[in-house]
Amino acid sequence: MTPLSRRELLRSAVLAGLALPVASACATPAGDGGTSSAPAAGATSAANPLGLAENRPLEIWIFDGGFGDAYATDIHEPLLKAKYPKLEIKHNATQEIAKTLQPRFAGGNPPEFINNSGANAMDFGALVQDGQLADLTPLYDAPSWDDPTVKVRDTIDPSAIELGSYDGTPYVLNYVNTVWGIWYSQKLFDDNGWRPPRTWEAFTALCEEIKKAGETAPFTYAGRHPYYIYEAILTLAAKIGGKDVLKNIDNLEEGAWTAEPVKQAAGAFAEIGAKYLMQGTAGLDHVQTQTAQNKGQVAMLPCGSWLENEQKDTTPEDFGYAMFALPSFTSSDAMPYGTLHVQPGEEYVVSAKSANPRAGMEYMRAMLSKDGAGDFMELVSTLTVVKGAGEGRTLKPGLKSAAKALLVAGDNAVWFLFRKWYAELHDEVAAASGQLMNGKLTVDEWAERAQKKAESIKNDSSVKKFKR
Amino acid sequence: MRFAVGFLVLPVTLYVIYVIAPYAQAFSIALTNWRGVNASPRFVGLENFRRLLEDTVFWKAVGHNLLLLVLLPVLTLVIALFFAFLLNAGGRGGAGGVWGSRFYRVVFFFPQVLAIAVIAVLFQQVFRPDRSGMLNAPLIAMGFEPIGFLSDTDIALWSILGVLVWQAVGFYVVLFSAGIASIPRELFEAAAIDGAGGPPMFFRITLPLLWDTIQVGWVYLGIIALDVFAIVWVMTPEQGGPDYSTTVMAAEIYRNAFEYSKFGYASAMGVVLFFFTIGFAALALRLSRRERIEF
Repeated sequence: MTPLSRRELLRSAVLAGLALPVASACATPAGDGGTSSAPAAGATSAANPLGLAENRPLEIWIFDGGFGDAYATDIHEPLLKAKYPKLEIKHNATQEIAKTLQPRFAGGNPPEFINNSGANAMDFGALVQDGQLADLTPLYDAPSWDDPTVKVRDTIDPSAIELGSYDGTPYVLNYVNTVWGIWYSQKLFDDNGWRPPRTWEAFTALCEEIKKAGETAPFTYAGRHPYYIYEAILTLAAKIGGKDVLKNIDNLEEGAWTAEPVKQAAGAFAEIGAKYLMQGTAGLDHVQTQTAQNKGQVAMLPCGSWLENEQKDTTPEDFGYAMFALPSFTSSDAMPYGTLHVQPGEEYVVSAKSANPRAGMEYMRAMLSKDGAGDFMELVSTLTVVKGAGEGRTLKPGLKSAAKALLVAGDNAVWFLFRKWYAELHDEVAAASGQLMNGKLTVDEWAERAQKKAESIKNDSSVKKFKR
Repeated sequence: MRFAVGFLVLPVTLYVIYVIAPYAQAFSIALTNWRGVNASPRFVGLENFRRLLEDTVFWKAVGHNLLLLVLLPVLTLVIALFFAFLLNAGGRGGAGGVWGSRFYRVVFFFPQVLAIAVIAVLFQQVFRPDRSGMLNAPLIAMGFEPIGFLSDTDIALWSILGVLVWQAVGFYVVLFSAGIASIPRELFEAAAIDGAGGPPMFFRITLPLLWDTIQVGWVYLGIIALDVFAIVWVMTPEQGGPDYSTTVMAAEIYRNAFEYSKFGYASAMGVVLFFFTIGFAALALRLSRRERIEF
């Protein structure tokens, strides 16, 4: 993300020059020793189900970004140390993951555990292709930290495993969770006796009531970034038509965008756009609309669970952030009330060719424990993929509300990946969605434009296609 | 002669390596489906150009560039000439500028001092569609609907044009002022004695004697109009939006190359832009071949 400055470029060029002979020097010995020590799964037992070797050190690299690295040193590492007092943990933190660690991989002595995140992360596809990442299936099949009768797999969101898989094999642990919904101020709603709506009819009725009251605009979104509204449209579409609606869209299937559920969802939000939008919405960005909400100028907006953190400087003391899942469109929706758009992120990997890979996996198992995840949530104010990790915790109101919504949703989680896979399609859908909300495009025109773009990407030989 | 050749070897070599060679390379990349990472891009012939013909967004961008190519020079030059005339020869009897002309000259030059990115961010605020917007606040206070200067697809391009003109006028006021100052004062005096008022003085004396300077200005502004990348990219929503209503060729090249990693396709766009620029330069040179007026 951050453009390379000239100084940085020169520095990294010098470093690369230095790193080469160093890397090649250690490549030979590590190459010999590495292969023999790689099948490092020791004896497994109920207390040590992954067969971690306590006599070899565990080297940990944390990306020192928005979450810092205190969560590792203060929460997860002590947790593991308490269980394996003889294990030596070597903690490291950096913002330059690729620059620091790529030579280690090239040299055949990679560290065990890496938080491969941030703008300078290593390319996952390349790591997978090289066989550098450990298959995490043993971890997911191991008994969970808290309850030996439940597998780790069943304590976390299934989307986290799916999103960390390459061609069906799980290599990457996505630890942090993001959920989307409609956000409001609990105080504003309480003062006016408004209730979060559970059906689309109740939602439009609430909008009407807020509009009539005249003090506050009912609804807004980040008009300059129409992603915020097409996210809501697609989540509603999945709720109406089921998970396959979004799967078809991601897979660039024929007629995925012109399918009835997608059109219904688009039509529903187009109506909100025509009747209940805050004045000037189209020209405002996310910070401006969110700040308007903090000032009580608008009641509701669609956003992700980072919202509370993002707005912490402008939120009034008693604002009370809260969110609700998209209301049911009709009683015959394919998915029940509470269906959420959920997207795990923040990637962690274990290197297959490290000296003690099972220790890295055991560390992940500790992260995925109730305590590990719950303490993490409190410390960095974000959701995790661990089910119910927020229970009984003192969380900020918005985070608490999001955690509750996530728990209610359970397996009714939906997501889409074309935004990552096909930036072109994202741009086109965003542009069209902005015009849909302004009333300059009809629902049919909107759907056709998205469909046309999807097809042109499908026919473009230069773009690599993905499937889910 | 030998000295000149020796002196030129280094700069010409650098120019060939860093300017001409990449241009030439763009032509060959335009015939591949290169995505910027793999070492051996696949040759696809004219596929990119065929695709380009059907790319409605790109042709929209071309249309916007052409519109700006006509309107930006015309508007800027007319306004700058008018101001320069008032500042230098607009006073009573053609002697000197209007009252306060020294002050205005400095003020008009201000926008030129600001970086393009600063101007773009500044005008985002000016155009804001809520009570914090400089233009919309009074409208809202008077009970009108705010105007979506940057969010209405029918208006956004005109807002861009407005900002470009605002930014460019100052420089040409100064340029034309210098031009007018070099016109012999006796010509104005003689015309004034013959009873010429402001308009005839402007059209019969100032304009013909400034013609050379105006042509230079036209070429400069034409080049600016074929770019416009920075203002569009920083100021508009969706970078060239809303809904591609303000996008320009340079923005589409950037988007396809650096956001979609379609370097082959972006190079094809670059080739088209290259021919537009060459065409404009040829046209400009042709039109400016004209007799000089000696004085």
